[in-house]
Amino acid sequence: MPEDWQPACPLELLRLRAQVFADIRRFFSARAVLEVETPLLSHSSGTDPQLDFFTSDYCLPPRRRTLFLQTSPEFAMKRLLASGSGSIYQICKAFRNGESGRFHNPEFTLLEWYRVGFMLPQLMDEIAELIAVLFNGRKTLNPPQRISYQEIFQRYTGLDPLVFSYQDYCAYAWDNNQPEAVSICGNDHGLWLDFIFSHNVQPHLGENTLCMVYSYPACQSSLARINESNSQVTDRVEIYINGIEIGNGYYELTDAKEQERRFDKEIAIRRQRKRPVTVKDEHLIAAMEAGLPECSGMAIGLDRLLMVLISSANINDVLNFPICRA
Amino acid sequence: MASYSTNEFKAGLKVMLDNDPCAIIENEFVKPGKGQAFNRVKIRNLKTGRVIERTFKSGDSLEGADVVDVEMQYLYNDGEFRHFMAPDTFEQYQCDEKAVGEAGKWLKDQDSCTVTLWNDAPLSVSPANFVELAIVETDPGVRGDTSGGGGKPASLETGAVVRVPLFVQQGEVIKVDTRTGEYISRVKE
Repeated sequence: MPEDWQPACPLELLRLRAQVFADIRRFFSARAVLEVETPLLSHSSGTDPQLDFFTSDYCLPPRRRTLFLQTSPEFAMKRLLASGSGSIYQICKAFRNGESGRFHNPEFTLLEWYRVGFMLPQLMDEIAELIAVLFNGRKTLNPPQRISYQEIFQRYTGLDPLVFSYQDYCAYAWDNNQPEAVSICGNDHGLWLDFIFSHNVQPHLGENTLCMVYSYPACQSSLARINESNSQVTDRVEIYINGIEIGNGYYELTDAKEQERRFDKEIAIRRQRKRPVTVKDEHLIAAMEAGLPECSGMAIGLDRLLMVLISSANINDVLNFPICRA
Repeated sequence: MASYSTNEFKAGLKVMLDNDPCAIIENEFVKPGKGQAFNRVKIRNLKTGRVIERTFKSGDSLEGADVVDVEMQYLYNDGEFRHFMAPDTFEQYQCDEKAVGEAGKWLKDQDSCTVTLWNDAPLSVSPANFVELAIVETDPGVRGDTSGGGGKPASLETGAVVRVPLFVQQGEVIKVDTRTGEYISRVKE
C-alpha cells in the first residue's frame, strides 16, 4: 500500500486556504466585483512560447477532438468583459505542463480579476489593499513599494534593461560568474532580461514587503499595452514578496489587430522552436473586435501567496496532493 | 553513455561538464510566469571537489559520466602510488596522491575504503566514516585528568594529527570520525 495517501500539508493549511478564499470573496463582494466561472477545457489555448499545455481527448463517437486545459482563465474572462459583464474575478485552477519545482506545481490555483475603467496605478492600489487584507493578523508586512523595472534592474545590476548592449550584458555575466548566460542568451534581449532578472534581481525584491514592479520593457509586454507616452515600456506590473513572484497584471491590450499580430508572432516562434502547435483563440479576437472595455487585470498565484503567509520555501507545503501524490 | 535532461538532474546524478565528471548536488527550477524557464544547478566537480553553480535552459541536457563508487581494500603505498584492491574481483588499482587527497592521512594497510572510479580509473578516495588508529606520538598527559577540557595533539600511525583528551596515552588505539577529524573514543585491544 502506498504511504503517501495522506495530504502533504498539515490540515491547518486546509483551514488557512479556506479562510484566505473567504477573505478574497468578501473583498471583491464589497467592491461589487462579480465572481465568475469559466471553462477549464477549451478548444484553443494561449500561444505564449514559454508555456506548455496539457491536452485532453474529447470523445463523442464517431468524433474526437483535442481540448486544451487552460494555462490561465484570461481569454474566457475577456470574452465576458467584452460582452458587458463589468468587473469580474474568479478563483480557479490553471495548468502548465512541465512546470515542477519548489515554486511550481503543474496544476495550481489562480485568483484572476479584471477592473473595468482601471489603469495600472489604480490596479496597484487595489493589489496593495487586497494584500493588506489577506496578511492582516497573519503576517506583518512593511508598507508596499512601487518601483519601475528600469530603476530596480539598474540598482542591482548597473545595466539598462531598456537598451540592449551585448558587450555590457556579456561583461556583467562574466563579472558575476555566470558566463553560461552568454551562450544561453546570445543576442536575445528578452532572454537576457529573463536570465539576469530571475537570478540577480528578483531574489532581492520585497523583503518582508509587497514590491510592485511596473513599466516592464516593451519586449516583455505579453498581453499588456505599450505605454502611451514611452514606447520603450509596457503597462505591466509584477508583484513580489520575499523574492517570490506572486502575480502579474496588465493594463489590458484592447486592440484586436495588435492582439492577432502578437498571437501570430508567438505561433511563429513556437513553430521555429518546434514546440507543440497551438490553436489561436479566434473567439478572443472576435470579442476584442466587438470591443473589450478599457480595463486592467491581475492574476495572483494563491499557492505561492499561502507559501509566503506561512514562510514556506516549498509549494508542496501548502498543497494537499502535489503532483507526486495526485 | 546516456544523456540526461535538466528534468532528470537529481542529487547524486553523475554527468560530464566542461570535460570533467561531476555530481549534481541540487537542481532548482526557475521560471518567471512570463518568460524562459531555467534550471539553476549546484554541481560538484569530482576531480577537484569544487562546488559550482551553473544555469541551464530547461530542457537542455548533459552527457552522463561513467562514475561508480567501489568498496576496496587499501593495500600499500609504494612511495609514488597507493594501491587498492576490489575484494570481489581481486582487480588492483593504483592512485596518485592527487586522487587520494585528504583521505591519505586516514588510510591504514588492509582497511577498507571507497574508491570512486571514472571510466574505470580512480578519481577519488573516501575513507570509512570511522577508523581505528594507533597513537605514535603525544605528550604524556596528567594521570587522573578525565575532564577532557583542552586536550592535546596526537600523531597517528597514518600521519594524521587529531586532538585527544589528556588521559589518552601514546601507543593506545583510538576511534576517529574521518568526516570531522574528531576523536571519538579509546579502543580496547
